[in-house]
Amino acid sequence: MNVINYGQLLQLAWPEIIVTVAALIALAADLLFFRRSPLRTRFLVAASIASLGCIAAIYKLLPGSSEGAVLGGVFLSNPATHLVQIALLVIAILTLFLSLDSTFTDHVGEFVLLILLATTGMMFLVASQDLLVIFISLELLSLSVYILAGFDKRSPRSAEAALKYFLFGGMSAAFMLFGFSLLYGFSNSTNLVQIGSAIQAVPLNPLVILAIVTTVVGFGFKIAAAPFHFWAPDVYQGAPTPSAAFIASGSKVASFFIFFQVLAIGFAGAEGSATLHHFQSGWVPVIVTVAVASMLLGNLVAITQTSLRRLLAYSAVAHAGYMLLAYVAHSEQSLAALLYYVATYALATLGIFGILTVTEKQLGSDKISDLAGLSRRAPFLSACLFIFVLSLAGIPPLSGFFAKFLLFTAVLAVSSGSKLLIGLIIFAIGMSAVSLYYYLRVLKTAFVSDPPTDAAPIQSPVLLKLVVGLLAAGVVALGCAPDLILNQILKVIHASGL
Amino acid sequence: MLAWTIYISFLGALVLLLLPSRSAALVRVVALATTLVTFAITLTAFLQHRSGEMFTVVDHPWISSMGIHFSLKADGISLTLLLLTGVIGVCGVLFSWNIDHRIKEFFAFYLVLIGAVYGVFLSFDLFLLFVFYEIVVIPKYFLIAIWGSTRREYAAMKLVLYSFIGSAMVLVGLIAAYVVAGSKSMSLGDLAGYHYSPHFQMWAFPLVFVGFGVLAGLWPFHTWAPTGHVAAPTAASMLLAGVVMKLGAYGCLRVAMTLFPLGLAPWGFHVLGLGSWRDVFAVLAVIGILYGALVALVQKDFKFVIGYSSISHMGFILLGLMTLNQIGLSGAVVQMVSHGILAGLLFGVVGRMVYSRTHTRDLPALGPMHLSKLLPFAAFTFVIAGMASMGLPGFSGFAAELMILIGVWHSYPTLIFFVGIGLIAGVAYIWRAMQQAFFSGSSAIVVQPEHPLPPITFPEKLGAGILICSSVIVGTFPQVFLNVIHPALNSPLFQGLRNGGW
Amino acid sequence: MEGTGMTETMNSFPWLTILTLVPIVGALAVLAMGGRNKSLVRWTALAFSAISLLITLVLWHSFNSAADGFQFQELHAWIPSLNVSYRVGIDGLGLLMLLLTSIVVPIGMLASWQIEERVPLYFALVLMLQTCLVGTFTALNFFHWFIFWELALIPAFFLVRLWGGSGSAKAAMQFLVYTMVGSVAMLLSFLAIFLSTNTFDFSEIATMGQNGTLMPAVVAKLGWHLLTPEHVALVIFFGAFLGFAVKVPLFPFHTWLPSTYAEAPSGTTILLTGAMSKMGVYGFLRILLPIFSPEMQKVLNLLLWLAVATVVLSAYTAMAQKDLKRIFAYSSINHLGYCLLAIFAVAKYTGGDAALTTQKFAAMNGVFLQMFNHGLTAATLFWFIAMLEKRTGGVRGLDDFGGLRKVIPVFTGLMGIALFSSLGLPGLNGFIGEFLIFKGSFPLVTWATSLSVIGLLITAIFILGVIQRVFSGPLKEKWAQLPDLTLGERLTLVPVIGFMFALGLYPQLILGVVNHTAIQMAIHLRNF
Repeated sequence: MNVINYGQLLQLAWPEIIVTVAALIALAADLLFFRRSPLRTRFLVAASIASLGCIAAIYKLLPGSSEGAVLGGVFLSNPATHLVQIALLVIAILTLFLSLDSTFTDHVGEFVLLILLATTGMMFLVASQDLLVIFISLELLSLSVYILAGFDKRSPRSAEAALKYFLFGGMSAAFMLFGFSLLYGFSNSTNLVQIGSAIQAVPLNPLVILAIVTTVVGFGFKIAAAPFHFWAPDVYQGAPTPSAAFIASGSKVASFFIFFQVLAIGFAGAEGSATLHHFQSGWVPVIVTVAVASMLLGNLVAITQTSLRRLLAYSAVAHAGYMLLAYVAHSEQSLAALLYYVATYALATLGIFGILTVTEKQLGSDKISDLAGLSRRAPFLSACLFIFVLSLAGIPPLSGFFAKFLLFTAVLAVSSGSKLLIGLIIFAIGMSAVSLYYYLRVLKTAFVSDPPTDAAPIQSPVLLKLVVGLLAAGVVALGCAPDLILNQILKVIHASGL
Repeated sequence: MLAWTIYISFLGALVLLLLPSRSAALVRVVALATTLVTFAITLTAFLQHRSGEMFTVVDHPWISSMGIHFSLKADGISLTLLLLTGVIGVCGVLFSWNIDHRIKEFFAFYLVLIGAVYGVFLSFDLFLLFVFYEIVVIPKYFLIAIWGSTRREYAAMKLVLYSFIGSAMVLVGLIAAYVVAGSKSMSLGDLAGYHYSPHFQMWAFPLVFVGFGVLAGLWPFHTWAPTGHVAAPTAASMLLAGVVMKLGAYGCLRVAMTLFPLGLAPWGFHVLGLGSWRDVFAVLAVIGILYGALVALVQKDFKFVIGYSSISHMGFILLGLMTLNQIGLSGAVVQMVSHGILAGLLFGVVGRMVYSRTHTRDLPALGPMHLSKLLPFAAFTFVIAGMASMGLPGFSGFAAELMILIGVWHSYPTLIFFVGIGLIAGVAYIWRAMQQAFFSGSSAIVVQPEHPLPPITFPEKLGAGILICSSVIVGTFPQVFLNVIHPALNSPLFQGLRNGGW
Repeated sequence: MEGTGMTETMNSFPWLTILTLVPIVGALAVLAMGGRNKSLVRWTALAFSAISLLITLVLWHSFNSAADGFQFQELHAWIPSLNVSYRVGIDGLGLLMLLLTSIVVPIGMLASWQIEERVPLYFALVLMLQTCLVGTFTALNFFHWFIFWELALIPAFFLVRLWGGSGSAKAAMQFLVYTMVGSVAMLLSFLAIFLSTNTFDFSEIATMGQNGTLMPAVVAKLGWHLLTPEHVALVIFFGAFLGFAVKVPLFPFHTWLPSTYAEAPSGTTILLTGAMSKMGVYGFLRILLPIFSPEMQKVLNLLLWLAVATVVLSAYTAMAQKDLKRIFAYSSINHLGYCLLAIFAVAKYTGGDAALTTQKFAAMNGVFLQMFNHGLTAATLFWFIAMLEKRTGGVRGLDDFGGLRKVIPVFTGLMGIALFSSLGLPGLNGFIGEFLIFKGSFPLVTWATSLSVIGLLITAIFILGVIQRVFSGPLKEKWAQLPDLTLGERLTLVPVIGFMFALGLYPQLILGVVNHTAIQMAIHLRNF
């Protein structure tokens, strides 16, 4: 029988504990002392407490902190998980800052609590290699974000978004759990490594195939890959802006990472291959199918969108498709590419949502056509929009381009002449070209079209501009000098033996 | 020193964006100063490095985990093209002196475009080259969509999407080359020295060549060009037709042909009489020459004539590249310079001198205006530019076409006849356009333009003068350029090409 | 082949380059003057062409008529990578053409005195044309020869287009396209030669042509497997031939000429017929004959038929014309047709037969003389037509006149002399050239020469017809007040007419200078 060393668990889980405690403190402070203060002050206080907690947690996670594993994988603490967790915390802090000027709710403390709880869920999610813990963390994350999505009680859209998200999420969680139970039954363990060796020992079992499919369904939902993406447009559009920003960035980072772990470690041996002549069943062909569907559907439907948020949702589907290609390669280099991609994608998405907080407040809607002449009405914000949108489109010297480049290089490096993989890359690049069309349309409206004749300049709070500017600078810096984080990512992946 | 051309251009763009919006004069002066400084740098570099051998400008490791360096180098070919960019950059600003709508942003996009073009010509690391190549795409869109004319938003989007697809094809080829060579380095020298398998080169070469060829106006991927150039404002057309299309041709030569020289080798079998990619592209180039010329011959819109003539001239460059002998290749490079200058001049006349005054480009409508009397300088400039464009000796076009033709005689004698027809068609469409626009109409019908046409301003004259002088210099002293181009073509970089060629 | 020229002092002074540049300097000066003082512009232009005439006379005087090869040579490296050098020089033929040019251009200017529109531009274009002509006649390297050959089209085109008659647009365009087609073909041929021999120098290429080494080199280099070597040689020859045939013009490439000559202002027509058409014949002599004589021998019969057709048909058509300018346009074609007849006769293979070789010398001399004399005469004739047009306000139809000798007797007399010279009356300059051509060609190509005599007859008919219809017969009322020649016109015309007589009576004036060159040219032709 394995005995849990609680001391060690406490030691390793300090960051998560800090975050939870900070969340509780923020909730308490808001409920006890600041009920009657103006909304902005309440947000400011709660966000500050929460951010302080996150910063303390980041400090705890910096390189050189303790490493180890509890129960051989239930809770891991190695450089890779630290890095991902730092990224998650940063995203949480940024989301909090973006929410400072929100007016959609009175329940400030609860809002901040939920964000931090979701963050905690994600931190546990990425640090685990045990099916049960993964599922529980995933549920913690999911439930928190369901509520976050519906947090605007005055908006029917928000309620609809939350409901759709919940129903979809619940169903996919059920699928996933079913698959996990099959895996347990098959390998007599919930530990990914042990499951992996059990799968490798025998030829491919139908149970395993079923488990692969359900796992893909479950995680596919989370990362908004087609055909499990149907919640995304409504949630992106209906949820309050900070929630949508958080869902679009944070939960993506965590989900992609852990999905990779589950497939690469848990289903090691069941990859199968996707070459046309020597087809072998496994999860690679499934991923290829999902990736192609996502790229195709995401890009093509995005062309017809008139709402910027829905366009972002469909483009998220498309980006999920690109990122799934990293799974097809499942190598160290492709994991690094994946992490770089999802991190920079998160930055850009946060930035765009940040801009949206301002424009929606002043212009009243999220229609693209309302952004007409933005470059003359809000020059700084539109310059940042320019950077974010082009980064999503994959134009150098921005980070989005380098992310795609890194990804494609990683995939081609393992292709060794496989025509399918090369074809996939060509398809992905082609779809990128399609995406340029709709991204440019957004920029066209902002920069080329003339503003309506009675348009006044758009005011935005200084703090927001600061945050958005920082994000834009980050996107540019990471594009021009990717080594800033790339070396670190490669190092930690290598050190963690993934 | 040469790296400063890139930095100063980008810096200039940034400075412009930060200037107050009210001072139009200051904006123009800053833009002109920036382009003048970069031109001076390129000229100094050209005069200093007479040997034409490749030299390093900058070399830092950049993304060490992937072996990517920020590596800038220049040889004779780059120096020539950098000089061209410098000249066109200055003249573009001069021809845009009259823009008064969102001036800051116009010149900011313009300078970013120029900086990126300098970057492409200087890059020695293929990743860096691709980065600059892509950066070129975005300013093009905005320059056309905001300040352009006929159907500008459609034309801008079409141009950008075609360019992007072309560069996507290049990206696939580059990544493939990088990965197959071991993912150690993206330096052109290293990759060119790596011996890729003939099978690999056989599909990588056409992919990358066509990818660059899209931007170079290779038939039948050229359809973006006439629409785009017509819709673009004058300075943008000058840059687009004059310099940006040369990026494509330069990429064909510098990247596609040096990395995958075996892709040009015979296939071993024949399809429709063509036995290698070399044959295919040579024939496509000739079709481009003829098609461009013949379609230009029937256009009613003055600017479309020039737009299609660009396709025709780029066909000469691509044909020169496919001759694979020293004289044909040097002719192609000289034609890049020559056409760059002449396209700038032609668009300058049609767009700036004529269109912005008469507000029409319809040839039958321009005739009765008797522009040769109202705008004699414009008529004179167009005559010179037209003559140079059709290959009149003494100007740059003749020197370039002479060399290309000699190269073609050597490699593809059967195509010479068609090229000859193209030359004659070239004469015909220029003279037809010139006749109809400036010298047409009997004295009986005189249509007075609604407002008196403003006289040709000093910046326009200066710009036109610079370009005409440049064309004459290249035409009468091509040796100056050949002295640096030949050593560049004989350098180790083109070793693989020479083994198959001259 | 290469001579050392005259004394060292002559070689070092760049006479020919100066001669080339003087008119262009004049053009720039004239343009800078602007259009306010038209009279000053005209006189300045005339002064510059007078300077050119002076320099040419100096050269004429210093020329050593007994020396072989080219004199007053200048040689500078220009584009070493393409083996292109700036090389100029003249022999008897070149010198003769320079003299012709420097006489014809002032005549053209004088005939254009009454032009009122855009005067500076007009005279600048004329001077530019002179530069191009001088450049063509002195260049010994294809590269800059071709530059001048092509550049000459520009002023010619604009002179026709901007000051021409109602049909000038079409005529100018036709002129340009025809000439360009020929030029492109010629360019392509020479590029093929360059590829094979790596030189653009006329003397070197000619040597190879006459050694028999040229065509094998071309065939080997081109590797054109679809055609036999003979055919390849013929294709290359045809390209070059086309360029010159269009310029002369030779039937059937002549259709551009009549409209162009007719629509152009008469001063321009003088330049076209007096000097520019000689570029074509000069090209045949300097370039085509030395380089391609083997190929010419192969297709000699065809060429002779074309020459005969040119001579006869153009004369016949001239007879049918009603416009004075058109009559003399066709007459120009006819006169130059004789030159080509002689050239083809000279090209004929005779196997070194001494007697026939002497005839070749005669024919060659005849060509030279005919070129010069026709230039002079035709220029003068069109000058007269210009003067007539000035008086009649543009009317120049054959049937519009009659009995003019009663009203303008001096005009009639002087024009009559020019007309008779054109007819070939002995004692005037037009006779000697035609005589030598026929004398030399008859033994060489008897049938062709015989047929060409018809041309002589028809020419006589229509010229006499002109004299009869314009000058004699009943006088129309409206011409009763026509003014005769002014003093200025008389002063300028008399020397020219006098020169015609002088040449007619004493052709040695010219023959003395060019004879040696003619003989040299004929001797060096490939006879195998």
